[in-house]
Amino acid sequence: MTNLEASAVTPLTPWKATLNQRLFTVLLLAVAIALSYIVVAVTPMKGKLAYAFLFMLFSVGFQATHAGIKRGRTAAVDAIAGSIAVAGAVLVFTPVISLIFTTIIRGSKGLRVNTFTQTMEHAAMTDPISQGGLLHSLIGTLYLILIATVISLPLALLTALYLTEIKGRAAGFIQFLVQAMSGVPSIVAGVFIYAALLLTTSLHGSTIMGALPLAILMIPTVTRTAQEVLLLVPQDLREAGVALGATQWKTVATIVVPAARSGLITAVILGIARIAGETAPLLFTLGVSDKINWNPLNGGQSALPYYVWSGLGLGSPEAIQRAWTGILVLLMIVLVLFTAARILGREKK
Amino acid sequence: MNDENTNSQGDDMSTSTPSVLSSVAQNRAAHHEANSAPMGSGLEARGVHAWFGKHHALENVSLDFNPGTVTALIGPSGCGKSTFIRTLNRMHEFIPSAAMAGEVLLDGKDIYSSGIDVTQIRLKIGMVFQKPNPFPSMTIGQNVLAGLKLAQLKHDNKEELLEQSLTRAGLWNEVKDRLGVSAGGLSGGQQQRLCIARSLAVNPKVLLMDEPCSALDPGSTLRIEDTISELSKTMTIVIVTHNMQQAARVSDYTAFFLSDGGPGQMIEVGPTSEMFSRPRDQRTENYVSGRFG
Ligand SMILES: Nc1ncnc2c1ncn2[C@@H]1O[C@H](COP(=O)(O)OP(=O)(O)O)[C@@H](O)[C@H]1O
Ligand SMILES: [Mg+2]
Repeated sequence: MTNLEASAVTPLTPWKATLNQRLFTVLLLAVAIALSYIVVAVTPMKGKLAYAFLFMLFSVGFQATHAGIKRGRTAAVDAIAGSIAVAGAVLVFTPVISLIFTTIIRGSKGLRVNTFTQTMEHAAMTDPISQGGLLHSLIGTLYLILIATVISLPLALLTALYLTEIKGRAAGFIQFLVQAMSGVPSIVAGVFIYAALLLTTSLHGSTIMGALPLAILMIPTVTRTAQEVLLLVPQDLREAGVALGATQWKTVATIVVPAARSGLITAVILGIARIAGETAPLLFTLGVSDKINWNPLNGGQSALPYYVWSGLGLGSPEAIQRAWTGILVLLMIVLVLFTAARILGREKK
Repeated sequence: MNDENTNSQGDDMSTSTPSVLSSVAQNRAAHHEANSAPMGSGLEARGVHAWFGKHHALENVSLDFNPGTVTALIGPSGCGKSTFIRTLNRMHEFIPSAAMAGEVLLDGKDIYSSGIDVTQIRLKIGMVFQKPNPFPSMTIGQNVLAGLKLAQLKHDNKEELLEQSLTRAGLWNEVKDRLGVSAGGLSGGQQQRLCIARSLAVNPKVLLMDEPCSALDPGSTLRIEDTISELSKTMTIVIVTHNMQQAARVSDYTAFFLSDGGPGQMIEVGPTSEMFSRPRDQRTENYVSGRFG
């Protein structure tokens, strides 16, 4: 008999808003929209910003009043705080969404098959977009990301391990250097490599020379993130490892680093994100190329940010279209790398 | 086993309270004497002090742990039990500001003397921590065998060692079908027994346990106590516990620690049955009878 009764009970979610409450919220928002229209119409306030501001003001006011009448003062304060948090989130996300949206809309207009199969060897930026492509820049950017990562990842990881695990005598000073380094303007990194390596020797701009300033920019980002992540590994685990007769190095390699794995991958992602769009440090160091250059050690190279920069600089409709498409492709590369890293970093089940 | 406190023996007879608990430990002590030829290694602390920076946390503790015995360390929080147990396998020095004085002899050799390989010491003197701490990036099986990898030991038959360690820790039957899954899915009690198995896999002579049951439910606690009784046949065990009944159930000897605001000291040590029935020191009497702490 209990069985029958049990099956007759329907699962409820009394803590969630009912349909009526939802409708009422929608109604409040509708009234807020209507009111903001009226206020804009009858007062000298004008523009989208005025609408947004008034709507926010009215909707927060209505919701707070409603909550206050129904559930008291605390609920009203809670409603205001909640709405402010939502408004803040919207404020932050609007430009990001708008940016991505604009890039997709404007960039996709220039996407052709030849965009990915051709270079600018036999075409000018100002030619119709059915001619030429950005394959050479795409390859250049991937090369730059790869080389900069290969250079900076071991250095950054070892630095982070020195700062969190070994905590040696120089830790304070190195911490200071890492912080100072993360404040270096990207163009300074480029000028530094230019002055140190290109100006004084017979070397010329090449992929590797372009990757060097990028590595300089990437190291502090990866180091600091990796450091944060390593600090999150419980001290317990280190002690457990050492108590089993391991050396410190063995404990770090077999326990601490694997425990921080997904966080360390995030650190690399952030590092790549930091450099993928850099143009300034490449201006002095990368040389130029309008065709594919597979040799990273010799000869000029191209890169997507550089392609975008030169397209925008020329200013003709075709060149500007190419630039937007370049931005879109760059965005897609970063997205693909992020996704790949996330999949790599997923905990094994 | 320790005769430093025998001088205070005369003044305590009036306070003796016969205890049911003590008979359990008495039986265990008798059992131990009957099966002489103890296994494991002896450990002797001689005048051990410990500091954290300027803070003097532990003062002049001398305590012998005979091979094959279980010694319980009891006392109120903050009296230096953990600090003491961590000086016994050189985990104390893991804290940056730490300092110590005195000697700790393993089979007669000072583990703090220069030229001693500290990793070898920790291999011989295993440790189980208060909070279960299985390695999160490893499976159950990998956790048990982690010590081999960490200490770079060779072992011919890993399968056998795995089963043997888990069996000794009383966990084999519960996990034998899921050795390949992550250790995070085990219950707290199972995780703690996994950590015991992990310690056992490198075959230590001495096992130090710092409140191994304080985060566990009563059922898991009993299982771990069974495990301790089983292990004491082959090794020397030191266990910190806040649970008086547990001390009575599992230990042969009990040492009482106390801090009167200054550094922690060992007040007295003796066979567990005596410590609970006729302690020599009034402060021990107060503590075991639950009048403070
Ligand atoms: N890492 C540490 N740094 C500084 N002081 C500590 C540290 N660990 C313990 N202490 C101090 O040492 C004393 C003994 O602590 P502990 O050995 O943990 O006590 P118990 O284990 O008996 O509760 C306490 O006063 C405590 O504050
Ligand atoms: Mg403690």
